[in-house]
Amino acid sequence: MNPLPLDMQLLNACAALLLLLSFSMLAQRRTVNLVHLLALQGALLVVATLIVAWRTGEAHLYLSALLTLALKVFGLPFLLHRLIRRMNVYWDTEPVINPSATMLIGLLVVVFSFGLAQPISALASTATRSTLGIAIAVILLSFLAMITRRKAMSQVVAFLSMENGLFFGAMSATYGMPMVVELGVALDVLVAMLVLGVFFFQIREQFDSLDLCHLETLKERE
Amino acid sequence: MTPLSAATQLLEVVSATLAAPIFLGWVNQCRAWLQNRTAPSVLQPYYGLRKLLHKDAVLAENASPLFRAAPYVVFGTMVVAAAIIPSMGTGLPMSAAADGIALVGLLATARVFLSLAAMDVGTAFGSLGARREMMVGFLAEPALLMILFVAALISGTTSLPLIAEGLSSHALGLYPSLAFTAVAFVLVLLAENARIPIDNPSTHLELTMIHEAMLLEYSARHLALMEWAAALKLFNYACIGFALFVPWGAGNEAAGPLGLLLAVPLLALKLIVAGAVLALIETLSAKLRVFRAPEFLATAFLLAVLGLLVHLLLGA
Repeated sequence: MNPLPLDMQLLNACAALLLLLSFSMLAQRRTVNLVHLLALQGALLVVATLIVAWRTGEAHLYLSALLTLALKVFGLPFLLHRLIRRMNVYWDTEPVINPSATMLIGLLVVVFSFGLAQPISALASTATRSTLGIAIAVILLSFLAMITRRKAMSQVVAFLSMENGLFFGAMSATYGMPMVVELGVALDVLVAMLVLGVFFFQIREQFDSLDLCHLETLKERE
Repeated sequence: MTPLSAATQLLEVVSATLAAPIFLGWVNQCRAWLQNRTAPSVLQPYYGLRKLLHKDAVLAENASPLFRAAPYVVFGTMVVAAAIIPSMGTGLPMSAAADGIALVGLLATARVFLSLAAMDVGTAFGSLGARREMMVGFLAEPALLMILFVAALISGTTSLPLIAEGLSSHALGLYPSLAFTAVAFVLVLLAENARIPIDNPSTHLELTMIHEAMLLEYSARHLALMEWAAALKLFNYACIGFALFVPWGAGNEAAGPLGLLLAVPLLALKLIVAGAVLALIETLSAKLRVFRAPEFLATAFLLAVLGLLVHLLLGA
């Protein structure tokens, strides 16, 4: 029952681990560990990209693997760690819903996204099409993580992990986006990260906390 | 039923019953070593059982017949469970009687009788332990079923010997689904056998205990049977784990008597490694608050369901 060649098995294992990482991000309470998980997710993406590049022989995938390595494994986590250290926000407060309930909602999300991916992967002709469902699940789970968190820092980490999911999705559907798009997205994410870092300081200065509940009221209370 | 399968069946039941206390003793010995204590002998559970069997049983005045019958029922179900788990050979005549789902039912029967007996006398500790046991059981059971379903989906049958045979004949490869379910299974094993993150097997008379709290009213041969059944349960769980995740080495009809002879030392080796790993996990983790137990078991359930979904999506 094992007709898959070894590289596809490895790719499937990477995809499964990505899914598992998304769930551990949902369950994680400490912001610092969240950043570690994000770096690990980036590393898995690099491995997956290299496998696909080796299998398809597409040269631009090697480049994007290099870009991912530089940006998502080292660059962004480094920036995030520095922000955490400066703002001293190692801990997140309790999420909006309790973790077990979040996990069960997450399971439903995974079922939904696998169902969603089924017709798309039936149409796709790439060898990696079966992992598309996992990519969609990673995106939606990051959405869920953003919804269930209160603090700005963990929401940003979830946002970055959503970008990772999009990258993985593009790779499994069409062997990666064109190089120009990829470079643009990478630059966007980097700039967004820098701008958000400034935002954090502004938010904290205004409200003495990174809790985004404070942004929900439009007027200042008298 | 061939003579060989009958021999396998007999050997399996007898050796499971006799080796279970030794396996428990081995786990305790490893734990003692890891904690820098002087280790008790591997046979220590046997000494305990002998001591208990020599004593006179004392029953509470208001104990009902159910209280006296429960140890025999619990021990009996564990022996029957040992008979349908393919630990040494897959050609088991008894296995036609019950598949994996029925096995979960057997384990549930033991749990229900244990809890009823604990509540029977009406002490506070007994009913506290019984309630907690039912809570853990109600969370662990779906996870265990999901784990069995993943293995059943991969091999296309719910009969444990056939699952073990099917999985051991597969080509070696990466199975993310089986890896997820293996982790889930370890979590369920820890919870169901009152091991450390959920319950501490070496506590006695503490407010956090679960399994021990249910046995407080028992004495002498009843207690001996209950403890023996607990050891047998741990042994059975270990063997379920071997059948699902390291099925190689269990002899089958084709391998003949030689296969059976080879399977015995191989099972012993697996048990020695599993016992050491179990002791290591227990030493490395701290006991969770009772209210964190649902989260722990929800993780097990989640991993098992993820295994199922990943298998359906990737076919691996």
